Amino acid sequence: METTSTLEKTLRLIALSLVVIFFMFPIFWIFLMSFQTNETILAIPPSVIFTPTLSNYAALITGKLTTAAGTLDIAFMRNLGNSIFLSVTSVALALVLGVPAAYAFARHKFKGSEDIAFTLLSFRFAPPLLVLLPLTQYFQWLGLSDTYFGLIWVYQLICLPLILWIVRGYFEDISADVEYAYRIAGHSWFATFRKIALPLAGPGIAAAGLLAFIFAWNNFVFALVLASADKQPVTVGALAFVTSSGIQYGQIASAIVLSVTPTLALALYAQRYLVEGLSLGAVKG
Amino acid sequence: MTTLQLKNIVKRYKTNTVLDNLSLDVADGETLVLFGPSGAGKTVLLRLVAGVIDPEEGQILIGGEDVSDIDAEHRGIGMAFQNFALFPHMSAFDNIASPLTATNSTKDAISAGVHKVAKLLKIDHVLSHHPKALSNGQKQRTALARALAGSPPLLLLDDPLRNVDAKLRFEMRLELPRLLAAQGATVVYVTQDYKEAMALGDRIAVMSQGRIRQIGTPEDIYNTPADIEIARLFGDPTINLLDVTPKAGPEGIHVELSNVKVVLPGMPADVAGRACVIGLRPEAIAFTDAGAPGAIPVTVEAETPLNEKTVTLVLTARGREILVSRPAGTPGPVSGPAHIAVNGRAAFLFDKESGGLIRSAATPMTRNGEAA
Repeated sequence: METTSTLEKTLRLIALSLVVIFFMFPIFWIFLMSFQTNETILAIPPSVIFTPTLSNYAALITGKLTTAAGTLDIAFMRNLGNSIFLSVTSVALALVLGVPAAYAFARHKFKGSEDIAFTLLSFRFAPPLLVLLPLTQYFQWLGLSDTYFGLIWVYQLICLPLILWIVRGYFEDISADVEYAYRIAGHSWFATFRKIALPLAGPGIAAAGLLAFIFAWNNFVFALVLASADKQPVTVGALAFVTSSGIQYGQIASAIVLSVTPTLALALYAQRYLVEGLSLGAVKG
Repeated sequence: MTTLQLKNIVKRYKTNTVLDNLSLDVADGETLVLFGPSGAGKTVLLRLVAGVIDPEEGQILIGGEDVSDIDAEHRGIGMAFQNFALFPHMSAFDNIASPLTATNSTKDAISAGVHKVAKLLKIDHVLSHHPKALSNGQKQRTALARALAGSPPLLLLDDPLRNVDAKLRFEMRLELPRLLAAQGATVVYVTQDYKEAMALGDRIAVMSQGRIRQIGTPEDIYNTPADIEIARLFGDPTINLLDVTPKAGPEGIHVELSNVKVVLPGMPADVAGRACVIGLRPEAIAFTDAGAPGAIPVTVEAETPLNEKTVTLVLTARGREILVSRPAGTPGPVSGPAHIAVNGRAAFLFDKESGGLIRSAATPMTRNGEAA
């Protein structure tokens, strides 16, 4: 590394800066937009010099959206609350169901186990639109449409396969001998699962949970079709900013800033575990 | 203390039969060594006994009781694994304590139990360390301590010295018999190292391809190997094996090595003319002078000191390689032509076709290679 020339260092710095700017610029721009009014946003040429305003955030928090055509009620804070509730509950349920299932698939080869695991995985690559129409009908018959329960159920299509398949890999990487050793020492299989398998797969479970959370948070189409306004998450709620009197870019920007904050904060906090978790499986021994 | 009996055990993985109708009795307090190459089924056998896998056929009895319906955690077994299988997220203390915590002992009793066995194995100073921070030798001792901590009546040790360095292995080979005797447990010990098998076993069961080929005391196996393969496995340096066709003569049965007659006293007469393999331990061959009776001309190829002995590789006139062993420090040729003499009384004779033993050495050797 000492032999790296100044030229190479400079070029590397420029290349890295370009990449960072390319990826960070939209976030930076959105952040700026969230403090501007529609007029300054749409001004040509655009300018980074403007008088910042908190009116967008104020509108979101109070729920009163003032447009040229009058005042509109928006339920953004409720949407945000829904997103948090739906994502957290869905991931929690998927962990409760998925982690023991992943353990079973990892440790016990029973008849049809691979087929069941694959069927669960196939939920991930089936296009949601394909199942949406029949699902809507079933949900109406069952009285599940427009309920949190129904939404959380559907969100399992997103979370469960993800958690099952990622966590299964981590359980498979734990040496079976380590678990045998605990069994032989006189502990039940359940104690072995709790005291050996779970702690050792911990980083992997955390990583899978975080990914599932992000996927659940980003979901749009299930919530759009299966929930009415008061149950909708932010992804759907943001549609309200497309009003009859124009698109409210300022509010959209601040809504985006508010809605990516929880996932961003979580990802930053869990980054260390995430990297550890995602790379742990790759290095055996 | 307890007994262990295996009756007609069959274990298959898909179409691959790993244990083939295997039966075995281990007496109360006995140390039985399972010896054999990798893939012989030794580890599978231990796991069957431990109860973490189940046999397709056959019965396992511990203390006379059929354990097929008893789960691993209730079989009262201590087991040490070849790869140590320590719990990486627990300290050495908690690792060793795991058999004790299972039985609802008090904190004090657990602590006392752990310290007692840790002291015995000289690891009481590293109890707070996690496995990651332990040396290989300490890991191995921790694994052993964990197996011993619950004072199980039946101990299964799966090649516990495999992954430790030679010096430590040598120390443990000396230390283990004392430890096991103090424990008073019935022990099944798996190894691939014949010296370990000889040093630790009350009896040795030689396994290959899912069957027990021979079972007996270390002396039995060394002096009366059931076939060529076992003779080859027991002994360092390896036994010399040469194709021969014994002939009958006025001196009795003899073979010709490089046209020199070597008489094999006490051989049955019917071996004459049969295709055989003669087995000569390197200790049964000595260098001699050119004019001595029975001197076979050879060329010295290489010499290797091996602790207390010196091993010389020589080539016969027909290009066959022979190992000759002599006590270290005694004079011998280092290169060029030389002559060897074969002690016909210490020769084994095997049937070439079946590999079975026809007759063992008339003068048995001790484990160290000297004539008894």
